[in-house]
Amino acid sequence: MFEYFRNLDRRWIFLLMLLSVAVPIYVIGKTKETFPETALPLATNVFNEIEALQPGEKVLLAFDYDPGSEGELGPMATAFTYHCSSRGLKLYFMALWPLGRQMIDDNIAKVIEPDFPDMVYGEDYVNLGFKAGNEGVIKVIVTDIKQFYTTDARGTNIEQIPMMEGIKSIQQMDLMLNVSAGYPGTKEWVQYAVTPYPKEIKLVGGCTGVQAPLLYPYIPQQLPGLLAAIKGASEYESLVIKAYPPAEGKEAKYMEAQRRMGPQLVAHVLMVLLIVAGNIIFFIERKRGARA
Amino acid sequence: MNRETLLWVIVLLIGAALLAGRAMFAENGMGKAYITPVEKTYVGLDADVAEAAEAEAETKTVWVSIDELPEDFDVDAVADDDVVSWDTYETKDYAAYIAAQNAGTNDVVFSLSHTIGIWIAALLTLFVLSFLIKDNPLYKVAESMFIGISAAYWMVVGFWDTIVPNLFAKLAPGPTTAWALPGIRDEAQFELIYIVPLIFSILLLMRLAPKAGWLSRWPMAFFIGTFCGFRLISFLHGDFLAQIRNTIVSLYAKTPQFAADGTAMLNEAGAPIMDFTFWGSVQNLILVIGVLACLVYFFFSFEHKGVVGGTARLGIWFLMVTFGAAFAYTVMGRIALLAIRIEFLFDDWLWLIDPTGRRAVEAVGMIVLAPLGMA
Repeated sequence: MFEYFRNLDRRWIFLLMLLSVAVPIYVIGKTKETFPETALPLATNVFNEIEALQPGEKVLLAFDYDPGSEGELGPMATAFTYHCSSRGLKLYFMALWPLGRQMIDDNIAKVIEPDFPDMVYGEDYVNLGFKAGNEGVIKVIVTDIKQFYTTDARGTNIEQIPMMEGIKSIQQMDLMLNVSAGYPGTKEWVQYAVTPYPKEIKLVGGCTGVQAPLLYPYIPQQLPGLLAAIKGASEYESLVIKAYPPAEGKEAKYMEAQRRMGPQLVAHVLMVLLIVAGNIIFFIERKRGARA
Repeated sequence: MNRETLLWVIVLLIGAALLAGRAMFAENGMGKAYITPVEKTYVGLDADVAEAAEAEAETKTVWVSIDELPEDFDVDAVADDDVVSWDTYETKDYAAYIAAQNAGTNDVVFSLSHTIGIWIAALLTLFVLSFLIKDNPLYKVAESMFIGISAAYWMVVGFWDTIVPNLFAKLAPGPTTAWALPGIRDEAQFELIYIVPLIFSILLLMRLAPKAGWLSRWPMAFFIGTFCGFRLISFLHGDFLAQIRNTIVSLYAKTPQFAADGTAMLNEAGAPIMDFTFWGSVQNLILVIGVLACLVYFFFSFEHKGVVGGTARLGIWFLMVTFGAAFAYTVMGRIALLAIRIEFLFDDWLWLIDPTGRRAVEAVGMIVLAPLGMA
């Protein structure tokens, strides 16, 4: 028995992990039940920063992610869009990742067009699209947005877009929301936008789990709130849905992260059990080695 | 045929049989996509832009969506050259398709191309996951496709989002406006300074010429120098100095007091009333001790013995906790990525689950559909 577990084919572990994720997804998909969620301070801070804005105030949403991290970041991007739209804010979308533009389009098609049909493109929201240049773009648009953005993502001249009238730089934004999958992302926004202009630019955001430990040092002075991975998204979702209940039949669209916490729970329990089992085998082996 | 190959063949055959069975005999089928065609019509109207331009009056054509024109506007009266129409396609759910069928309309139709897209995405997902069993040709196919498509995509995006607007539009605004970017026509001006990046770009391409390859070192040196300058300042300002400041925290932490209704309590001077917080103080204490202990661990001018050694060992503990947190977050991220792929397979492809109610149709009035969903 000991020898069997000591030499266990790793593919059994993969199979267990697959089942631990697939079974909860199936069960939650069938029952439509999710685990209760309690928001922690970091997610609450993000929520409160948006709540503090008045209708009509300007928010820059930088969606710096792509399909590779959509599973982790998509729910928080959807929740950001829904929350800001519900608050009646002016939304300025942009992306520093090439596929970020598609992520913006997806969110507009998923949230704004079906659920906020009164919002008018160019007056209530605008997609500025992707710009190459990584932190170079940030460095420029903190002082002169039109040096980089002459047209929006649809090719319309910036001068012809009503909500761009009078916008000279992103310092005029009342809040910045960043969804970050890596480089360039939240770290670069903190370094090149928030740090040089701490009074003018306020940033909160969401990031992948891999990035979260690297961004914690910026909290709270440089980054008042952060949604760390799918857990942060789930907490934030619960706050948004509670404050702004979606129309009947549309709740599930805004509960993606909460649905994905089920597989997280089971997979984490499996991970803990595997770590414990691995350590038991290690200590038994060491004990046997010492006897020999 | 060896035992492992035989097992693979059996697994693939069973999988294919299950898929075929589900596609043909399940009540609603699986992996189908539906769309609704939307006609977009724009009408070209003359607009006087004399006020906008400093020069003498001129007339230009403004394209207006037919949806924005008055209801009594007669499109037929406009010359054919000034009316442009095309079809776009909006993705629709199965429920919308059934509703349209029940209403006797063809507003929502089956989309073969979108359906093929779902199946390709599903099969490529399985191909990539098959690597967990063993490296195999199916995985190689998916990997090669990914690399090729990514490289091509980056090239196209780089050309249209960087070279065209940032170089061509600056050096040749007129032709670029006419050819690619009509949106920039009002303020596009020739900018001589962009000759420099053009020359640098050409020099960089000299890497491809064996005898002139050394010329590419100049722009490379410029890029590296500029980038280092950018990064150095940002790290000094945003990380080094800011982190020192963030570490200088009070060990006697105070927090604002809130009334029962959630509003901050203010004193007579209008300032928030602050009160001692035990756990906030503990948090700050751990922060300061952790930073100091980790700094001592990386301080090698003294041998790590005695007090220095003990503090360094404490620093290792803090580092281990940090690595553990980073590892746990990574696990959470990877599980989330696996979850979205499985959710895609179960929901969009196999139609086993329907968490968002996209295929929720009324049982009464449902029509019998052909296996591929084409009425």
